[in-house]
Parts: sequence; C-alpha cells; structure tokens
Amino acid sequence: MLNPRPQAETRISVQHLSVDYHGLVALYDASLQVKAASICGLVGMNGAGKSTLIKALMGFVQPSYGTIAINGHSLRQARRDHAVAYVPQAESVDWNFPISVADVVMMGRYGSMNLLRIPRRSDHQAVRDSLERVELWPLNQRQIGELSGGQRKRAFLARALAQGASVLLLDEPFAGVDIRTEKLMIELFQQFRREGRTLLISTHDMAHVTGFCDQVVLINKTVLAYGETSEVFTQENLARTFGLGPA
Amino acid sequence: MGAWTWLIEPLQHTFMVKALLVSALVATVCGLLSCFLTLKGWALMGDAVSHAVMPGVVIAYALNLPFALGAFVFGVGSVAVIGYIKQMTRIKEDTVIGLVFTGFFALGITLVSKVRSSIDLTHILFGNVLGISPSDILQTLLISGLVLILLLVFYRDLVLFCFDPTHARSIGIHTGFLHYLLLSVLSLAAVAGLQTVGIILVVAMLVTPGATAYLLTDRFDQMTWIAILSAVCSSLLGVYFSYWLDASTAGCIVLVQTGLFVLSFLFAPRHGLLAQSRRRGIDRGFPSDRQA
Repeated sequence: MLNPRPQAETRISVQHLSVDYHGLVALYDASLQVKAASICGLVGMNGAGKSTLIKALMGFVQPSYGTIAINGHSLRQARRDHAVAYVPQAESVDWNFPISVADVVMMGRYGSMNLLRIPRRSDHQAVRDSLERVELWPLNQRQIGELSGGQRKRAFLARALAQGASVLLLDEPFAGVDIRTEKLMIELFQQFRREGRTLLISTHDMAHVTGFCDQVVLINKTVLAYGETSEVFTQENLARTFGLGPA
Repeated sequence: MGAWTWLIEPLQHTFMVKALLVSALVATVCGLLSCFLTLKGWALMGDAVSHAVMPGVVIAYALNLPFALGAFVFGVGSVAVIGYIKQMTRIKEDTVIGLVFTGFFALGITLVSKVRSSIDLTHILFGNVLGISPSDILQTLLISGLVLILLLVFYRDLVLFCFDPTHARSIGIHTGFLHYLLLSVLSLAAVAGLQTVGIILVVAMLVTPGATAYLLTDRFDQMTWIAILSAVCSSLLGVYFSYWLDASTAGCIVLVQTGLFVLSFLFAPRHGLLAQSRRRGIDRGFPSDRQA
C-alpha cells in the first residue's frame, strides 16, 4: 500500500503533497511526519512554501496530489474533531473588534456547540480553565485590544486550548514579541508538549529551533528533510534550505 | 405648538402611522445588519449592492413579480460579477466595485425610463414611505422578518466570520456559506431600506448606525442594541421632521442618523474626540508631573 496508516503516535503525516496555484507550483512532492507530543520548527525562506503547508494542513488549499492525515484521520475528520488550531499572526487580527477576551476564547468551542452556539456550562468551564492556564482569567472581560502584546498571544493560545486541539499551527509566533513574552510563550509550548500536543511553528530564528524544537522540517518548495532536530539540523541541510549549497 | 401636539397630531393620519411603523421595522433590520457590515469592512459593498439591485427591482415590477426577488438576483449577481472581474484582471477591488455598481445602476435608470408602467423613478431613488402601498408593506414585513431570523440564527457564526474567518474555517464552519448569507441578507435589507429612504441613501441605513454604535461600546452585543436603537430613533424622528418641515423623508431620516453619529463622534466616553483629546492631554501632563 502506498500510504500505510501512520502509527498512533504520529500526529501529522503528509505524503507526496503537491500544491499549485493556477499552475504555479508552491509545494512539490512534500512528505513529512511529526510525532505526538513534540514542538516542530518549520524552517524555510520566504516563499519556500511554509504558509502553503500550513494552509494545506488546515484544508484551505486543495492539493493537486498527495495525502494529509492528522492523528491518522482525514482532514475532514480532523476538522470534525476540532483537532487543528491555527494561532493567527498579530497583524491579521482586528484588535479594535468589540469583543472580550472570554468571547474570543469561547470561539474555540463553537465547533462543538449547537447551531445557535449557545454556551453550555461545560463551555464556560473550558473557557475559564483555558484562561487560567495562560494566566489571563482576571482579564477575561477586557476588550481584546486592551491586552498587551504578550497577553494577546496567550489569549489565542487559550482559544486553541479551549478548542481541545491536539495540533497547533503557529505562523511566526515570535514576530514583534519582546524577550520576556517569548520566554513565557516557550514555557507554555513546553507545557503543551508535555500534555501530548504537537506544535508546528514556522520561524526564521535558528536559535529557536536549536533552543526548544525537538523536531524540525526544512522546506524549500519541497520538504528537504524532517525529523529529530539533532539529526536534521545540520550545516549541509541548512545550506540546501536557504539555497546556498548545490540545489 | 407644544411637544404633545408635535408628537400626536401626525398620528391622526393613517399614512403617518404606517410610515412610522414601516421605517422603524426597516431601521431595526438595517441597524442590526450595519454592525456586521461595519466590522467586516463591507460598507462599500453595501453601497454597491444597494445600487445594483435597481434593475432587478424595475424588472420585477414590470413582470409583476415580488421586487425582492429581482433585487436579490441582481444584488448577489453584482457581487459575483465584482468577484469575477477582480479575479480575472489586475484592477483593484474598489475600482471594480465602483464600475460594476454604476453599470448596474445605469441599467436600472435606463430601464425605468423605457418601462413606463406605474414605476416612479423618484420613489425608487428617494423612497416613498409616506405613500407606501399595502402590498409593499407586506413585502417589507416578510423581507424584514426573514432577514431578522437569518441574522439571529447565524448571529454568533457571523460575528466569528467578521472577526476571524480563518479560525471559523479551521473548526469546520462553512465560511463560503456565511459570506453569501451576509451578501444575500444585504441585498434583501437593501430592498427593505429602499422603501423608506430609497436607493441613494439606503447605504446610510446600512452603515451609519453601526458606526455610531461602534464608537460607544467595546461589546458586540451592546453594539447591536445601540445600533438598532439609534436607527429606530432616527427613523421615527426623521419621519416627524419630514412631516412638520414638509421636507424629504429620506433626507430627514439620514440627517438625524448622521447627527447621532456626530454626537457619538464628539462625546463617546472612550472613543470620542473629546475623550481622546482629554487622554492626550493627560499623557502630555506626565513629564511635568515628574518634574514637580
């Protein structure tokens, strides 16, 4: 069989994925596996296909070839399980939107609510638990834009928690974040990992990868290498990723 | 003349009672919708759709069909055309919107001038709520009811759609459906608004209450109540002013709406001009405080 069912401990499995936009190839024959309970760095140049891969994992782009499995299931099933959470980049959020922190986190629960999205007691409890986890509960009635930069990041992480996601996709989460916040976020990421969640983090910063990513995916129009950071994150592979060495 | 006479005398006329009730209902619908449109950044789209429904209304009148049907087809159709041209060319979206809606609007005006039935161009352009016919009242009732139900059923999803469509999609909410739902509702509301203020000014009904409310609160639920309240008050006051001043009803309604916006713009407790300049004053005060 071409696509053997991944082992239970594989969170993300991508096989021979190709994506093109109107004939323009964004990603070609990309294969990778990310195991459960890991922090995986997604490293590549701008335009290397990082965003395309993230979009494909959310099912936003139709692959021209290949398959994606989350927790061994199809993307459709993964969406039904609310397994994948996307943590938006700060600049893509309307911080003036008239909505409270608690309401944003409640949006993580919508997938499991009825059509009218009337919160049950368990939903309120999940929101509270998630906000307590990221130490934002005292600010839960603030308008979302009244939070500081680091608090904003944590509010969206709380939403992913409330959603019950096992896979978190983070696009450049450290952009424009101060050192203190960055440390706090990394601590949270490591907690998430201990709980068995998998985080896929696109980043430019090599120090992040060696610092706290146990897995890494190197990408340049295709997946050049993936696996344990200690094995994959070599000078030679990096040269290939950033187009310095032989192509 | 006392305030009592001012309020009561117009109510002796049936046409005034009808006008007040219809415009209050339309204001409720448009006021609620305006919250979604202002936050989604669809004000220009509202303008486009409200103009583009015109040929649909004229054709429906000529064929003796419910004008909501014609308006719906052309409203949604115009958005499809806008999307198609934007996708196929390199022209920027605001340009495409401008050229498409004026094209549709021109078609409507031309049709009116050729199809000389009972249609009065000025009624379509500027509304005719004082002379609204029973069948038009019935249609407005049905449209408003439908729009209200749709907006209330999909209320939370639409808020999420405005705030974070990416998240909505990632948890399996069909954002394409919500997109077209909001557009359809917009087309329908435009026809309802057309009854009271006409095509030219209907965009005010679809934008101003939301903008006014947005400056007054940081909670979406409160925003909808404030928007509806300000829209209904504007409509009622506007109809009264129009009666006593013998002036255009559409003009009066929208002027009151704009007036409420200006008040909110100046005096809103947190986001108003005065509050902001007071805050800036305090900020400037800090260094001198430290020196003292």
